[in-house]
Amino acid sequence: MNIKRFTALLLALGLLLTAAVAAADDGYTSSYTYNYDYWGEIRESPDAYRVDQVLYSTTLGLETAMRRPQSLYARDNHLYICDTGNNRIIEVIRENGQFTLGRIVDRVIGAEPETFNTPSDVFVDENGNMYVADTNNNRIVMMDAGQNLLQTYVKPSDTTFDQSLSFLPDKIVVDSSGRVFVLATNINKGLVKYEADGTFTGFIGANPVKYTMWDYIWKSFFTTKEQRAQQASFVPTEYENICIDKEGFIYATNVVFSEYDLLWDNAKPIRRINSIGSDILVKNDRYPPIGDLSWVEGSLDYGPSKFYDITVLDNDIYIAVDHTRGRLFGYDPQGIMLWAFGTKGNNTGAFLSAVSIEHMGYDLFVLDENESSVTVFTPTDYGNMIYRASNEYLKGDYEGSADTWRQVLKLNANYNLAFIGIGRSLMRQEQYEEAMEYFKMAHDRENYGRAYRYYRKIVVERNIGWIVAIVAALLIVPLIVRTVKKMRAEVEEYDRQRIVT
Amino acid sequence: MTVNELSLNDSRPAQTGWQRYLATLRYGLYVILHPFDGFWDLVHEKRGSLAAAHTFLVLFLLTRVLKLMYTNFQFISAPLQYINIYEQCASLLFPFLVLCLANWALSTLFDGKGRFKDIYMAMCYALVPYILIQLPLILISNFISFDEASYYTVLMSVSIIWCLFLAFVGLMQVHDYSPGKTIIFIFFTIFGALVILFLILVFFSLLSDAIGYFVSLYREIVFRLY
Repeated sequence: MNIKRFTALLLALGLLLTAAVAAADDGYTSSYTYNYDYWGEIRESPDAYRVDQVLYSTTLGLETAMRRPQSLYARDNHLYICDTGNNRIIEVIRENGQFTLGRIVDRVIGAEPETFNTPSDVFVDENGNMYVADTNNNRIVMMDAGQNLLQTYVKPSDTTFDQSLSFLPDKIVVDSSGRVFVLATNINKGLVKYEADGTFTGFIGANPVKYTMWDYIWKSFFTTKEQRAQQASFVPTEYENICIDKEGFIYATNVVFSEYDLLWDNAKPIRRINSIGSDILVKNDRYPPIGDLSWVEGSLDYGPSKFYDITVLDNDIYIAVDHTRGRLFGYDPQGIMLWAFGTKGNNTGAFLSAVSIEHMGYDLFVLDENESSVTVFTPTDYGNMIYRASNEYLKGDYEGSADTWRQVLKLNANYNLAFIGIGRSLMRQEQYEEAMEYFKMAHDRENYGRAYRYYRKIVVERNIGWIVAIVAALLIVPLIVRTVKKMRAEVEEYDRQRIVT
Repeated sequence: MTVNELSLNDSRPAQTGWQRYLATLRYGLYVILHPFDGFWDLVHEKRGSLAAAHTFLVLFLLTRVLKLMYTNFQFISAPLQYINIYEQCASLLFPFLVLCLANWALSTLFDGKGRFKDIYMAMCYALVPYILIQLPLILISNFISFDEASYYTVLMSVSIIWCLFLAFVGLMQVHDYSPGKTIIFIFFTIFGALVILFLILVFFSLLSDAIGYFVSLYREIVFRLY
């Protein structure tokens, strides 16, 4: 009996142990997902996203395998892969979590020439019209769902456009009224802008030129004419990729900067460009959205994060993909990092060369040009909770948002944004002292100061009688003491004089 | 008070050691408000004491540590988990002493009148505004909000500027210099401090080389003997 019980216990223990091992060994290392704390140190976090599946040429049933695909685009439940090496666009349809191959677009009926030559980007508008940046044919073609040509956007004949350069469109976005914004190779004046009817209307959002006083002095006084001709001229750098949000603002990423520019946020690797071309990205965190804050000295992929693509979710949360270390960085509309995950490698969930990112709802697609694969990420409960909490706050449901943030904290006690979220909702409920506590834990000075002012007001109003009494006492008591001393001295003086006389 | 009055006070009947210490401490208040008279008398009329100077220096270090620990987080971002009190104190004390030393060493070249003791004393007395302003400021920081940070910053800047001004006047009076000469002298002092740092570095690297040499010699002999 005893032995039986003992074996049963052993068995149960063994089962528990294997379960524990199985739970720990699910292919995700503990440092796959992380975030930065107030001091800029990496804090491991639960996974916000996990790989749902990986789409390869074979899983899609393609006859010719994809070759160096450069871009993705997603609209509704359609995913478009720009298969650059094979001069075609692949349409993939998602139904009930399954991906099936749709059309393969490799020609435009009515265009001259009909086929593509290294297309590098694709965009599809609400009506199903497809725009393709046909790089080596020096054009952007717009076609309807039946692949009939609707419009061609070609090299501007305007004088502002340097005619000696060939027109190589690289990335395109189209706004709701059909204006086309083109990021073209070799053009550093910003994005090329076309009206819907194909007329060129100028450039927008050029990268500002960096020119320090020292550069100026060095160039003017310490270099000869010949040397100056040899040196790189000061020109704005080109953007790396662009993306348009639902309000029509263009998010652009920039990868040409030196490490030192990141220190004081001069590099601005992510920008939100408005209609007049200035950067209006909100940065309310201690650290600007620059991806990794530090990197391991001497490692193979040393260097700052280089965002090769960016996508903006419907709730204004933006996600950028870093090519240096194959990571994805999510930021909320305030510029606070939500999570970061990913790595380089051949494993599932790792990338060799991540070049493009797209989203359907909260699901993410990342294109790897070397593996010719699309990794599909779906949010975990934890990831969904973060989204739910920020959506609830945006909608004005502060209490609901605080409850969701509390659930987030149960999974990740290092999550600063959760403390701020709870604090903000407590402040709305006029629980200032508790709010202060939460803001203090998140090192949120502005909000703490705000809560403290209300708190101080309440405390002062409650104890105003005491405060007045103490101040009065401090003023009056010395006065009385002085008068008494003076009187006593006078009396003594009088006494002494009387004795003398 | 004028100089005459002060010297009259000085000729009062003999003070006990403790009374004199308190008097020299209180004299710190006079110095910061009347720096020109104050620093002159501090050295030439023996109105200050080394004990008081030490006290000010210790209080300065204490203020610094308390400031890191108890200033409200809205106004300071001190990663307390990484801060080492001894390191903090050393990082203030070491430059302070090196600058005093460089100043003293160069005063011979510049025809300065001050002895090391005088320089040290003047510099310590110049720290008094820092203590007087920053200590209450720690308390105040816990009763104001982030929007009122300007009051905090202004007071902090005042304390530092006041200290720098006192140090300047102190050097001028101790060495009996003109203001222009003092400015030049300060530049040379900073340069001298750098030279001292360099010498210290060289000394320690040579020392470690020398020790390394004897250690390897010992090892070699031990290996041969076995």
